[in-house]
Amino acid sequence: MNVRAIFALVCLLIFSPGSVGAQGFAGLGSETEGFALPEPNPEFIFPADHGAHPDFRIEWWYVTANLEGPDGEPYGIQWTLFRTAVRPDEAESWSSPQVWFAHAAATTRTGHYVTERYARGGIGQAGVTAAPFSAWIDEWEMSGESVASVRLTAGSSQFAYDLSLEAQGPIVFQGEGGYSVKSDEGQASYYYSQPHYSVAGTLTLPEEGEIAVTGSAWLDREWSSQPLSERQTGWDWFSLHFDSGEKMMGYLMRQTDALPYAVSTWIDREGVATLLPVGALSAEPVEHTSVAGRKVPTTWRLQLPERELDIEVAALNPFAWNDTTFAYWEGPVFADGSHAGRGYLEMTGYE
Amino acid sequence: MNRVAFAALLSYWRCHPVQLAALVVGLALATALWSGVQAINSEARASYAAAARAIGGDDRPTLFPIQGQSIPVETYVSLRRAGWLVSPVIEGRLEVGGERFRLIGVDLVTAPPPALDADALETDVDASDTLGTPGRLFAPRDLAGRLTQSDLPPVVVAPELPAGIVLADVGVVTRLLDREASLDRLIVLPDQPLGRPPLEEIAPELEQRAPGSQEEVARLTDSFHLNLTAFGFLSFAVGLFIVHGAIGLAFEERRSTFRTLRALGLPLKRLVSLLAVELFAFAILSGGLGMLLGSIIAAALLPDVAATLEGLYGATVDESLSLRPAWWAAGLAIAVVGTSLAGAGAMWKVANLPALAAAQPRAWARASERTLWLQAGAALALIAFSGALAIAGSGLVAGFTLLGSLLLACALLLPLWLSVCLHLGRQMASGPISEWFWADTLQQLPGLRLAMMALLLALATNIGVGTMVQSFRLTFTGWLDQRLAAELYVEAEDAQQAEDLVAWLQPRSEAVLPIWSSELRLFGAPARVYGVVDHQTYRENWPLLAFLPGVWDRVEAGEGVLINEQLSRRENLSPGDPIRIDLWETRVAGIYSDYGNPSGQVIVGINELTRFDNLDRRDFGIRTEAPAELERALREDFGLASDQIVDQDALKRMSQEIFERTFSVTAALSVLTLGIAAVAMLTSLLTLANLRLPQLAPVWALGLTRKRLGLLELARSLLLAVLTFAAAVPVGLLLAWVLLTVVNVEAFGWQLPMYVFPSDWLTLGALSLISVALAGLWPAIRIATRPAADLIKVFAHER
Repeated sequence: MNVRAIFALVCLLIFSPGSVGAQGFAGLGSETEGFALPEPNPEFIFPADHGAHPDFRIEWWYVTANLEGPDGEPYGIQWTLFRTAVRPDEAESWSSPQVWFAHAAATTRTGHYVTERYARGGIGQAGVTAAPFSAWIDEWEMSGESVASVRLTAGSSQFAYDLSLEAQGPIVFQGEGGYSVKSDEGQASYYYSQPHYSVAGTLTLPEEGEIAVTGSAWLDREWSSQPLSERQTGWDWFSLHFDSGEKMMGYLMRQTDALPYAVSTWIDREGVATLLPVGALSAEPVEHTSVAGRKVPTTWRLQLPERELDIEVAALNPFAWNDTTFAYWEGPVFADGSHAGRGYLEMTGYE
Repeated sequence: MNRVAFAALLSYWRCHPVQLAALVVGLALATALWSGVQAINSEARASYAAAARAIGGDDRPTLFPIQGQSIPVETYVSLRRAGWLVSPVIEGRLEVGGERFRLIGVDLVTAPPPALDADALETDVDASDTLGTPGRLFAPRDLAGRLTQSDLPPVVVAPELPAGIVLADVGVVTRLLDREASLDRLIVLPDQPLGRPPLEEIAPELEQRAPGSQEEVARLTDSFHLNLTAFGFLSFAVGLFIVHGAIGLAFEERRSTFRTLRALGLPLKRLVSLLAVELFAFAILSGGLGMLLGSIIAAALLPDVAATLEGLYGATVDESLSLRPAWWAAGLAIAVVGTSLAGAGAMWKVANLPALAAAQPRAWARASERTLWLQAGAALALIAFSGALAIAGSGLVAGFTLLGSLLLACALLLPLWLSVCLHLGRQMASGPISEWFWADTLQQLPGLRLAMMALLLALATNIGVGTMVQSFRLTFTGWLDQRLAAELYVEAEDAQQAEDLVAWLQPRSEAVLPIWSSELRLFGAPARVYGVVDHQTYRENWPLLAFLPGVWDRVEAGEGVLINEQLSRRENLSPGDPIRIDLWETRVAGIYSDYGNPSGQVIVGINELTRFDNLDRRDFGIRTEAPAELERALREDFGLASDQIVDQDALKRMSQEIFERTFSVTAALSVLTLGIAAVAMLTSLLTLANLRLPQLAPVWALGLTRKRLGLLELARSLLLAVLTFAAAVPVGLLLAWVLLTVVNVEAFGWQLPMYVFPSDWLTLGALSLISVALAGLWPAIRIATRPAADLIKVFAHER
């Protein structure tokens, strides 16, 4: 572990405060002081809001894509750029309090390749500009004229991808018009998505070599300054593209003293999003997989009575463990039952 | 049965405590110096390794600028953005309360582990506090207490950081060093991404160096450590001579015991195993004792070694000794290996012993003349080998091997030399006592052979090393006088003060000589370029070894440069050869000697200095008739701080201190080796004393008094010592010659003239005679005071 791991702990705090407290890494729990806080009824200004919001503590540009090769073989990729500010003030060059890090992964039925990057703010090694849109860290980037049309690249010593993403529908605001509540204590973030990307490009894998791929991608944009509630230990997050053209985003914030805080958004064929009431979505683990010394649910039963949804969601590769500085499960899934489709599942806080 | 047999074997030692002492002391001494030297070496190497790790580049390739010194942050970013996973490092010196610390800045976010172990920090650190202002300094415990200046960032104790290093975030270090945002080098991280473009496309101004090539410290200090190792090995060898003698005698004398044990039914295999166990136990016991001694020696020498390494190479070594488990294991292993080597012959004899063979200690002690000739043959082979090595070999290891084989050859020839001398003496002898004396000495020679060889090695080493150090000292002092010709040396705080200083000094001194310089890389290694003005001081004094005609005019006109001897030897450059410095193509006009500096150096005309970046224009030499008055005026009227001025004498004193320290360790080791040789002499004489009774008894019976016999014994020891010393002088000079012309050139890059100091030999000769006299005194007294009954018993017990 080096000092970088300290930054991982800062990030962990945002992901899962309980575990950080347990490691005795004190002093950050209440430090929203000086940072801006999300307010209800936000008004987003585009393209500016696609850029960075350095006065907030944490922010991410999160792309997941379900892909298939010429032979119909399914693949998945992840591209995530995180920004975290260690202090609320901004400064130049090495003095900038902004620290960037990023995760990229590629998943096949039997393989899962993941890598991470770190960068200092203030020197140009990583950053995001709104117009023309560009989000980058090292040589990885997500860039284009606008967010609606971007080239997405990342790679490691093992894998690489170079994809072009074209938005086929409008941006979707999560929560109440982009104000997404994470607990009944009021922790919240700004959160919107672009779930309508069609994808074409190449994926390079260590065994398979270079593969031409097509598919669909989903971008999540989220920023906030507040850690999770003390009572929350992690989350299970689903983004699903159904064959019907409908889409769904749902997450469960697992809590130590209550049932999970379940939030879901339904997106119809036209891209109109509806926030469903808290608790409307129910999700029950069906099968667990032992991965990285932990038991992680990799098959789920999801029910959303209001949309007559009753599906089983299963991982393409149950071993899609992101063994990054802070580790979590993230991989492509397939849905079957009342609605067939595919999507991504992210699970954090499994110790 | 094992127990009884073992007890029988061990009982021998109870009856012969002197032999037991010889064995234990010999082994302990052999192990002590060897393991002491190893402890010093491993401590130093651990310090280098820790330093390299802290910089984050232990085993990583690194990008350096091909020219100039620094890498713009933009270059770093464009490399990262092209897929080159690199992490920046900057480095500088931090001055706190008169002390200077090595300050290293790494990007705490991208630095490769284990730059700093967050778990090992003594206090919890908030990540947010390590970046930005004020940031945090990380320092090892002993340093942390000394970094107490109020304007420094808070210090966090990082116990795993190497000695003398203060680490902080690159941003914090940039601010503390008050320099522009630029970097010194970039560490290439593992697992580079696919499809990364070549370096030339992104940053052609950088070059990648393989791991280790940046560890110049380790490379430079190698010679020093090899030097220590050679000494450790030498004393190990001398110690083994003692052990070999003690074991051989003990085995020979116990033959009757072996015979009895065999006759009682102890199988041969069992006997050999028991003897092996016995030797092993001795090896572990004496080895352990030696290790304790070794750690004391190492602890005593380490501060000097650390000072030398700091002064000579700028390498920081932790002065506190930490004994690693590997060191204990290696030390005990070498003790066991040494014992096996020394005991192998004796063991082999026992293994092939007929069950009823008689003990023949005298015969053992009186090895045949054949041995002499065998030894001489081996010596000749070794000499041939060294000859071949001198012609074909190169490098430091070859140099030391040459040295070792020459020394060994001389040691092997010694018995032949002594034998020839004694034969001559015998021919010149007149009278029965004199004849008996020579004959008896000749007869004793085989038994004392090993001790005399040890003495020769020790004496030759002392003469050789002494000659080298003295030659060096003489050359160095003369060179300092030439080189430090200016009466005062001053360093301005900044460019403005430098200008004011020159203006102020012009009317008050004979000459103001700028000593401006720039650091750059030359032939892939750091080097310094100095600019000099054309002045008589240089023309008259500068110590040139080789030069073109009109060398100073050429330098002044910018038609050539001077390079130091190290650079000329390393790159094989002679006057007239072309040389490229940065972008400047020029010629070598001359070569000057530059002792005490391991790096390359170039002198150019001051007008040419503008070709180079990062000029340091703050240093000046001042010629004046009245240095003391001018120094006072500079301080009082001009207002220079006292640490900005240094006079010639102080500078010479400082340089000489560094020099003295460099060789203090070598000197200490050669004295210790001499001590070991004296012990070898003592133990050999003592062990022989008992065996010699049958020779002495008849002489005593013929009327020679015991006192006379004792005096003759002492005289014999001194005679042998004098003869050995006579042989040691040429061997020592040969050693010095090899050290000066082969080893030093390889190790430091300079060759020194050899000066001989016969008065030093006299001192050493007297010293060795005294030690031999002391060693011989006890056995002589024992003979002189031996009860007459003991001598009579010889006739009664005659086999």
